[in-house]
Formats: sequence, C-alpha cells, structure tokens
Amino acid sequence: MASPMQNELKRPGTADPPAVRIALITIALLFVALFIFIPVIAVFAEALRQGIGVYFAAIIDPEARAAIRLTLMTAAIAVPLNVAFGIAASWAIARFDFPGKQLLLTLIDIPFSVSPVIAGMLFVLLLGVRAPLGGWLADHGIRIIFAEPGIVLATIFVTFPLAARELIPIMQAVGSEEEEAAIVLGAGGWQMFFRVTLPNVKWGLLYGMVLCNARAMGEFGAVSVVSGHIRGHTNTMPLYIEILYNDYQFAAAFAVSSLLTLLAIATLIAKYYLERRVVPVKTEQDDLAVKVAA
Amino acid sequence: MPGSRSTFTRAIAALVVAASVALGVGQSRAAQITLLNVSYDPTRELYEAVNAQFAKDWKAKTGDDVTINQSHGGSGKQARAVIDGLEADVVTLGLAGDIDAIVEKAGLLPANWQSRLPDNSCPYTSTIVLLVRKGNPKKIKDWDDLVKPGIAVITPNPKASGGARWNFLATWGYALKKNGGDESKAAAFVGALYKNVPVLDSGARGSTTTFAEREIGDVLIAWENEARMAIKQFGADKYEVVYPSVSILAEPPVAWIDKVDQRHGTAAISKAYLEFLYTPAGQEIIAQNFFRPRDQTVAAKYATQFPSLPMLTIDADFGGWKTAQPKFFGDGGVFDKIYQPGS
Repeated sequence: MASPMQNELKRPGTADPPAVRIALITIALLFVALFIFIPVIAVFAEALRQGIGVYFAAIIDPEARAAIRLTLMTAAIAVPLNVAFGIAASWAIARFDFPGKQLLLTLIDIPFSVSPVIAGMLFVLLLGVRAPLGGWLADHGIRIIFAEPGIVLATIFVTFPLAARELIPIMQAVGSEEEEAAIVLGAGGWQMFFRVTLPNVKWGLLYGMVLCNARAMGEFGAVSVVSGHIRGHTNTMPLYIEILYNDYQFAAAFAVSSLLTLLAIATLIAKYYLERRVVPVKTEQDDLAVKVAA
Repeated sequence: MPGSRSTFTRAIAALVVAASVALGVGQSRAAQITLLNVSYDPTRELYEAVNAQFAKDWKAKTGDDVTINQSHGGSGKQARAVIDGLEADVVTLGLAGDIDAIVEKAGLLPANWQSRLPDNSCPYTSTIVLLVRKGNPKKIKDWDDLVKPGIAVITPNPKASGGARWNFLATWGYALKKNGGDESKAAAFVGALYKNVPVLDSGARGSTTTFAEREIGDVLIAWENEARMAIKQFGADKYEVVYPSVSILAEPPVAWIDKVDQRHGTAAISKAYLEFLYTPAGQEIIAQNFFRPRDQTVAAKYATQFPSLPMLTIDADFGGWKTAQPKFFGDGGVFDKIYQPGS
C-alpha cells in the first residue's frame, strides 16, 4: 500500500518539464540576487567607498560604540526573557486544557499584529511622566521612557511571541508520553524538564532565540518612539544609522549598517548550523516511519 | 546524538558570556557634569561646534568637565518628548510655540521664559528660502512658481516640524499680501502649494535628505541655514538658493528647563551655556553655521553671506505664536482644512 502511494507523490515533482524547472529556479535565484544579494553588496560597497580608514573610524567612534553596546545589551536581556516566557507559555498551552486557552494564543500574537510604533506609543502613554504610573516612577527618580529601560521594554514587547510561536507546535507534536514515562520511572519535576522536555524542543528553542535576537537587534519603530534619541546614550544601532544618515555622514551610516548586517549574517549562519543539526534526526524518524509502515 | 547536548550547552554559555560582556562594558562611565540639549533638526552641526567651544571655555573657567548630549528631531516632536519626560536641561527649538507647549502641558518652566534672555531668547535668526537644483531648470523665482502644476515641492509636516511651520507662514504671508488680505484666497494658494508636495517628512533634515540625497522634487522650502548647509555638504555645483520676494523672520528660541535643572543641579551651567550663544565667540560659530547672528559686529563681518530681504515677523504679522499656533496648526486649523493627503 505504502510504496505505490509514495511513487505517486514523487512523480509530479520529478515529471515537471525541464523548462518549468529551469524557469522556477531562475526566478528564485533572480529574486534572491535582486532583493538580497545586490542590496547587501551595496551596503558594504557604500560603507567602504571612502576607504577602510573611514570605515573603522566610524565603527570605533564613541557614539557608535555606545550604540553597539546598547544594542547588544538589549538583545542580551530580551532573548533570555523571551526564552523563559516561550517555554512557560508553550508548556501551558501544549500540556493543559484551560478556559481562555484560545484567548491566550491570540494575545501572544498581539505584538505581531500591532505596528511597532503603536507599541512604542503604548509605553509612552503608560510610563511617560504625565501618566499616573510614569509620574510616580519619575518622582522616585526611576527613568524608563527616554532611557535604556524603555528601549529594553519596547524590544521585549515586540519580540515576545517569537520563541513561544516556535515552541508551541513542537511541544504539541512531541506530546506528553515521554514525560509521563519519565515520571513513572521516578523522575522529579525538574529532572523530567531538563532530561526530557527541554532536549525534545531544544532546536526549536534555539531557532526561536535566533529569530528573537535578530529582531531585537534590528527593531526600529518601537524603540524610536521611546528612545529620545540622546546621542551616545539612548541610540541603538538602527537609530544611530538614521542619525548618521541625516547628519550627511553617509559612509559612516553604511559602515554601521554593514556591522548590523554582519550581526544578522552571523545570526543566519547560526540558524543554518542549527538546521543542519536537525536534519539527521528527521531522516532517522522518516526511516523509522517507513519501517513501521512496511 | 552524543554531540548535541554539548553544542546546546556551548550555545547557552556563549550567550551568557556575550550578555555579561555587554552589561559589564555598559557600567564604565566617568563622573562629570552632563547636560542634555534637546534641539530641532537643522542645528546638528551648529551645536556640535558650540558644545566643543563651550566645554573648552567651561573647563578653563571652572576646571570641570562638561559633556553636552544632543538629541535632534522635528521641533514639535522634540517638545512632545520633553513633555512626556525626556529630561532636557535646555531646549533649543525651532519656534517659541513649542516651548510654550512645554509650559502649558508640563509646567516645567515659567510662562515668562522668553524674557529671561536677550532678543526674546532667540540668540540667532534665520529666514525661509527656496533651494533649487543647479541652473534652476524649472525657473523658480518666487512663491508663485511653487503652485504651478507639475512642480514638486519638498517641505516637512507643519504638525511635527518647526521649520515647516515657518515655511507655511512665509507662504501664507505672501499669499495674503498678494490677495489684498483675503484669507480664503490665501488658503486656496497655500492649498495649491501643498498639492504639489509629494513627500511630507516629519523634520526639516528629513526633507533635505529627501531633496538632496534621494533627489526627489524640484524645490525645497527650507531654513536659510539648512539650505546653505546642504550646499556645503553636497557641493555648490548641485544646488542654488533662491531668495523669494518676501519671506519671514524665523526666530528659533532657547530656554533652560527649570524643573529638570533643579533635579539635576545644573541650573547655573544651563544658563551659562545659553548665555554663551550671545557672546561674540558664540555668535561667530552661529554665523559660520549659516544662522543669522544678533551681534552687530559679527553680522557686519558676515553681511555678504546673508542678503537682506523683506521679512514678515511672527509678532507683527501673525499676532505671535499664541495666536498663530492654534489658528493655523491646531486640530481643525487652517492646515487641517487645506491639506488632504492623497487628494
């Protein structure tokens, strides 16, 4: 039963006329070249146009270093929190049935469906000095908006669905049998979590971290609203790039852009590496599935 | 998979190291006086020069190190940020109406702030000019040429930008004079002009880069200083300034923010910083950055740089910002009535 069906499934893919195949591949490559490869090359070309000296001067400028530091710090806070939230939320949703589960799923998606600018405004409305909460904080010398904490908060808001969205389907697919087995065999709660649950979802979790990191470093809209744009203090790399551009320092703007691009590429390489690690597992399971079917 | 656990652990470890490095480096900041100057868009180069000179003078006079942090953006947007809690020690904005808004909405400084420094707290002035591409291919000579069909005009959004409000009032003043004081005809004229605006940026500098770097539009309505700065940055072979038959005296004011200064203990230095702008050295820097100086000696020295032209003033011709701001730029004001995006 299994093998003829498999052949049927395979045939449409391999039986496409060569012209169609070539056309599809060409279109895909053309798109990649036009929308990704050429712009990335342009960023680096523009950054190096005035020579390597100008490039490095732009990157080691104190304001640039401050922006890089703030960006890395923001990501370093947002990503672990995102992971903690992602595990908690996906665990709750995959393992338990409770009233309002659908609502929770929808709420998790809010940061995706709301414009980042509105996310930023929301924090200004809530924590600006004219709001009750913000006024109280200001009276006690706590600065959130137009300071680093505001930027971190806004970044956490726009990234928080990322890990959860990766983990929920994986947790649901894995099911709870292995965990139940662990408990039956005498494992404690944390033991089960670290030995069974976490290893089962680790690649999804790392992939979620990669996505979250990329978004945290690249976010513009939400942080722009809460930043106050104080040079050397509350500018993240994307905000600093805009400032340099508006200062007519185009080479420096592209130099910092290229650095941000490099960070993105490093993130992509990490993702590629992770995906490669997942593939053998899949084929193993497929083989198993085939064996079982046979 | 024996290798996977260690890879996972290593990835986590790398992240923790990266995080602690980022956080650790963030702690190193020397103790010294810090001022925050919240300014509008085209003063980036001006205050970079002013800050360097003031810090040098202050160090020589008191031995203290002072760092002046800058924040730039559309004047109205910046005032908004100060109202919402951006802790500016001083503000140097595009028009008095924006500082009045800080008084009204947040009460951070007294209502008579404008009388605390000479010249209505405006240490420099400017005017509104037209920047066109070299050789003036569209033959733009005056405001009339801006309402012609097919002319693309670049000017920022008066709701967010101070420069844009001066632009608007210069146009309005011209149209009113031309039509013998008929406001409905003036509105039709200004409405026709804004129909020719393809991009309404949120700040003056955004408009300049739209015009100069992205090469959109035939004419940029701009601060004189912004237009001259663009020529300096992009080359005299690319643009030229056209002085219209009548323009407006733009008076960008400065003020220290009392409530913030009290909290920071920076009242004396904030005042000294703004007073520096009125000194001959400050006025010299102002003129070098294409703002019109108040000091007569410095003004005489740079006379060729600043041609004289008939200029309306906000107080004599528009009844001051307290009248002009709600009438023209408030909700449901003249600008809202004449500007319908996309029409």
